[in-house]
Amino acid sequence: MLSRRSVRVRVWLLVLFLIAAFLISLWSGYQTLDLRLLAGDEATRTLLFTLRLPRVLMGAIVGASLALVGAALQALFRNPLAEPLTLGVSGGAGLGASLAFALGLGATIGGLPLIFIFAFVGAGLSVLLVYRLARTGTRQVAPGALLLAGVVINIIAASGVVLIQYLADYTRALQILRWTIGSLDIIGFGLLWRMLVFLVPGWLVLLYLARDLHLLAIDEETAASLGVDVRRTERFVYFAASLIVGTCVATGGTIGFVGLVVPHGVRLMFGEDVRRLLPLSMIAGAGFLMLADSIARTAFGTSELPVGAITALAGGPVFLWLLRRGQRYAEM
Amino acid sequence: MNHAPTSGTHHSSFITHPLLQAHDVHFAYEGTKREVVRGASLEIQKGKLVALIGANGSGKSTLVRLLAGIRQAQRGTITLEGQSFDVIDARTRAARLGYVPQTTNTVFPFTALEVVLTGRSPYTNRFRFENRRDIEIAHDALRAVEAAHLAARSVTELSGGERQLVYLARALAQQASLLLLDEPAAALDLKHRAGLMRHLRRVRDERGLAALVVMHDLSLLDPTFDEILGMRDGRIIARGTPSEVLRDATLAEIFDDAGVRARRFDNRTFVWSEAG
Repeated sequence: MLSRRSVRVRVWLLVLFLIAAFLISLWSGYQTLDLRLLAGDEATRTLLFTLRLPRVLMGAIVGASLALVGAALQALFRNPLAEPLTLGVSGGAGLGASLAFALGLGATIGGLPLIFIFAFVGAGLSVLLVYRLARTGTRQVAPGALLLAGVVINIIAASGVVLIQYLADYTRALQILRWTIGSLDIIGFGLLWRMLVFLVPGWLVLLYLARDLHLLAIDEETAASLGVDVRRTERFVYFAASLIVGTCVATGGTIGFVGLVVPHGVRLMFGEDVRRLLPLSMIAGAGFLMLADSIARTAFGTSELPVGAITALAGGPVFLWLLRRGQRYAEM
Repeated sequence: MNHAPTSGTHHSSFITHPLLQAHDVHFAYEGTKREVVRGASLEIQKGKLVALIGANGSGKSTLVRLLAGIRQAQRGTITLEGQSFDVIDARTRAARLGYVPQTTNTVFPFTALEVVLTGRSPYTNRFRFENRRDIEIAHDALRAVEAAHLAARSVTELSGGERQLVYLARALAQQASLLLLDEPAAALDLKHRAGLMRHLRRVRDERGLAALVVMHDLSLLDPTFDEILGMRDGRIIARGTPSEVLRDATLAEIFDDAGVRARRFDNRTFVWSEAG
């Protein structure tokens, strides 16, 4: 275990990383920001405050959210490979959001919360389904079965999205297509506020449950004997995870592996304590996605990559590395 | 059970409740009709080491889970020092009862000290980390089971026997008055089994702890345990001192096996089966 002092030093390093990521992300883009023009030039100000800053903040809150959910799901299922994408939660949310688009509920800004709710329901149904499929008679969840169930849910959900696109009219299909590619591109702060209404309650629930998740990550039965209400904790984590993932997917599309890469990075720095892991994953996740989005915006000059492609490129190898190390992580 | 009159505290102070008492407890796992525990009753007194023996599937582990509060009995009452489980909140219960599971499937490399420190959670605020005193208590618990050297090691790298010690230390760090151990000796070799018995005797003698221990190796019972409970088909059908229970006829009934033999030799009782 780390001493309090070295924990504090590392927390400051993480905060520095967050600030650096924020500044880099703010500065980089199709048009790099010239700070000298900020005082006088109206166009530069508009660029910064209505385009760049909202997008950077969007990256920060989505990154923080996905990393938090990943860390919480890993603890709940005692599975290092669990995260919104691998458990099919993102897939379910995507299917729900597509359905909302196809029904025309995404056409107006005023209709946006309905997309959140559809995505939330989709995420919630898939997390319950995955859990049901993977659990055995004695309520123990088999780690391999959990991931397989998640993969299958993702495939089914993806097929559902394709079917909906096929059946929807042309403009809505195009809308869905643009959205599935995934982007953090937003204009103004209105959407951010709307998202926070859904995200903040989810964050608070998970952070409140940090100690219960810490005990559950070690062992379910001993956690129960120490006074953790396992059922209630499970229900609240499902609810919060669905709320968070639904909101993130509905606005930014599927951005995979943030919930995998970030918590494991934090573990390398801070150890296994879930009470630390949850809040610090939020900080690291915010920085990680802001950086990934900067790369997405600038790597290919004028054309922009979907940020999900960047996170998958970073996260896929980490997943495989963990899977290989999984021989050590007991029987997968 | 008989409830002591609650009016005069002077009066009730003369009535000593058993530490833990179960009366006519029934339990079936969800989705199943068959009761695994069918009217089990038992008492555990302060500072006594009690072994729970019985054939596979007789309901021992389930009964221990009920007593640890991991599962709720569907019928019957369980009382802790005269107070029903229904009225004790989970953390108060956790501060009195320490549970050690048969096996643990910790996949994340938590250090042994981190695991032992979770035993302090019934005493600490949900948003606080353990303080210096908690850490001292955890180290002390590890020392009590001769596992101080494991503190910084990660539990995923320990052998089954070492991990068992860490979980025993966690239960000790809980400063409970009763330990509930589910087959702690199952994964241990001869030497570690003997070591475990030594640790149990020591925590009884030095800390005044009571323990209910599910045991399969009946030859370990005689010099260590104060009392033995025999379980069959979800009920406690025999109870007594080792010399009372470890007899051919009693054991034959508990295990439904006429071939069980118990013989005293060298101040111990050795038990084996000649069935098959």
